[in-house]
Amino acid sequence: MRLEAGALSRMLLRRQVAEVGFRAVAVAALLVALGSLVALLLDAFVDGAGRLSWQFLTSFPSRHPEQAGILAALVGSVALILLTAVFALPIGVGAAVYLEEYEGRTWWARVIEVNIANLAGVPSIVYGLLGLELFVRALHLERSLLAGALTMALLVLPIIIIASREALRTVPNSIREASCALGATQWQTIWHQVLPMAFPGILTGSILAFSRAIGEAAPLITIGALTYVAFLPDGLLSPFTALPIQIFNWVSRPQPGFHVNAAAAIIVLLVVLLLLNAAAVYLRHRYQRRVQL
Amino acid sequence: MAAPIRHKYSEQVIHGVLFLCGALSILTTLGIVAVLLVETFAFFREVSVIDFLTDTQWTPLFADKHFGILPLISGTVLTAGIAIVVALPIGLVSALYLSEYASGRLRSVIKPVLEILAGIPTVVYGYFALLFITPLLQQVIPTLSGFNALAPGIVIGVMIIPMVSSLSEDAMFAVPQSLREGAYALGSSKLQVALKVVVPAALSGIAASILLGISRAIGETMILAIAAGQQPRLTLNPLVPIETMTAYIVQVSLGDTPTGTLEYRTIFAVGMMLFLSTLMLNMISMWLRQRYQEREA
Repeated sequence: MRLEAGALSRMLLRRQVAEVGFRAVAVAALLVALGSLVALLLDAFVDGAGRLSWQFLTSFPSRHPEQAGILAALVGSVALILLTAVFALPIGVGAAVYLEEYEGRTWWARVIEVNIANLAGVPSIVYGLLGLELFVRALHLERSLLAGALTMALLVLPIIIIASREALRTVPNSIREASCALGATQWQTIWHQVLPMAFPGILTGSILAFSRAIGEAAPLITIGALTYVAFLPDGLLSPFTALPIQIFNWVSRPQPGFHVNAAAAIIVLLVVLLLLNAAAVYLRHRYQRRVQL
Repeated sequence: MAAPIRHKYSEQVIHGVLFLCGALSILTTLGIVAVLLVETFAFFREVSVIDFLTDTQWTPLFADKHFGILPLISGTVLTAGIAIVVALPIGLVSALYLSEYASGRLRSVIKPVLEILAGIPTVVYGYFALLFITPLLQQVIPTLSGFNALAPGIVIGVMIIPMVSSLSEDAMFAVPQSLREGAYALGSSKLQVALKVVVPAALSGIAASILLGISRAIGETMILAIAAGQQPRLTLNPLVPIETMTAYIVQVSLGDTPTGTLEYRTIFAVGMMLFLSTLMLNMISMWLRQRYQEREA
């Protein structure tokens, strides 16, 4: 093959320009994505930071934006998420254990697996429609904390199952074999050996699933959670509101004063999420060390 | 010999309980399908399917009722389209960069930061779309109304960037190294390897990530309920208020529509449409992903 020296150097130059060009485009793309994140956080912080106060955290909603607070929403969100965990965690881990430890590659396990993957992609508002018909209407739970938590539990279940299965898969088989060789039954092996080892992974995945649930508004609105609540929930069947619903309510109003409240509530919501995520990271580190000892 | 027998029974009980936990996911799916089917059938006893699919007006809450879902579909397609126009180039270019160019350290920093985008609650994005992006866009496009399809579309796009980039990157990363080395041996440049070898080889995974992104955009609710307005209209103009399928369900849920009425059933008919479209996209996406994962194995 004959190539003139000039043509070759021109080709190499073109290539170099293309390489530099692509790197520039890629960095620009990443900057747009990360820049949006920064803009979003800054926007909420600049708008809402001035409104944050002890009074804001400890007041009920009000028609006057400067007197309104998020007490009912904050307590509602915490109660909702704790209750969701009570339902979703044992069932999710149970399902994961069943699929990983009992069913190998059977067709039935495959059906459940595909089904779980599909459920994870169902829009959250469709879970709201299910909750509305099943919990609110058929089981007569009305617009209660319990109905909300059950709906949320179904919503996060696929995520918990998927995360728990991954955690179970990291437990080496030799542990199971050693335990069985000493005469332990399958459940004893799972309960005393496998689950403790998989625990940090399960916990991390589950906390991340709950932090998704704590930001969800759509299914709660669909089941009819209230947007104006001036009392604290006093039981499982009490009506309730949650932080994202309170934020939605305030954003949807025309008065700028409520928009400031929404921004302040957004800061609180993001801080709660940050704490949850930090807890996940911390727990994983702490327990991993203990298991390795 | 009592202990082993007791063990045998308790083992079976535990097995049964765990089986029920697994089966609950199937029951959830059946529950969703049953709820949607029952209410949708009741809806179609009063409204003809033809009207539902061809009427160009959606006014179930007005005195003059029309039940044409086309305006809600056009709103949904419009915002999801804008979202994917934003997420596709940014997601793909960052995936290609992270997979082929970036050092391991850079990747381990950027990936989790990108994933924060997917973890931010959607009401927060709604706030951002309505009170930051829309006013910003109005500086450039003075005719843009306060509620519109453009701002929420862009913001949904930002939200799904991590999904598109992370799944595409997995697919690109799974392309065998020997293919790259072969191309280098033939004198290709890095960019040529990336665009002409890695991208085509990872195409099924990339397509899977795009479909999943579209599915998420279709199912997104709060951003649209906040920033798109609630005016169902058959248009592809991104500058005017519109309404999507999901935002309509929110609108009715917030009102005091009595249960069991025709108006109440509309949300299930719309929900059915939403469920079927996202299910279809998710299934194709899963099937495409499996193809490259099998090849990799």
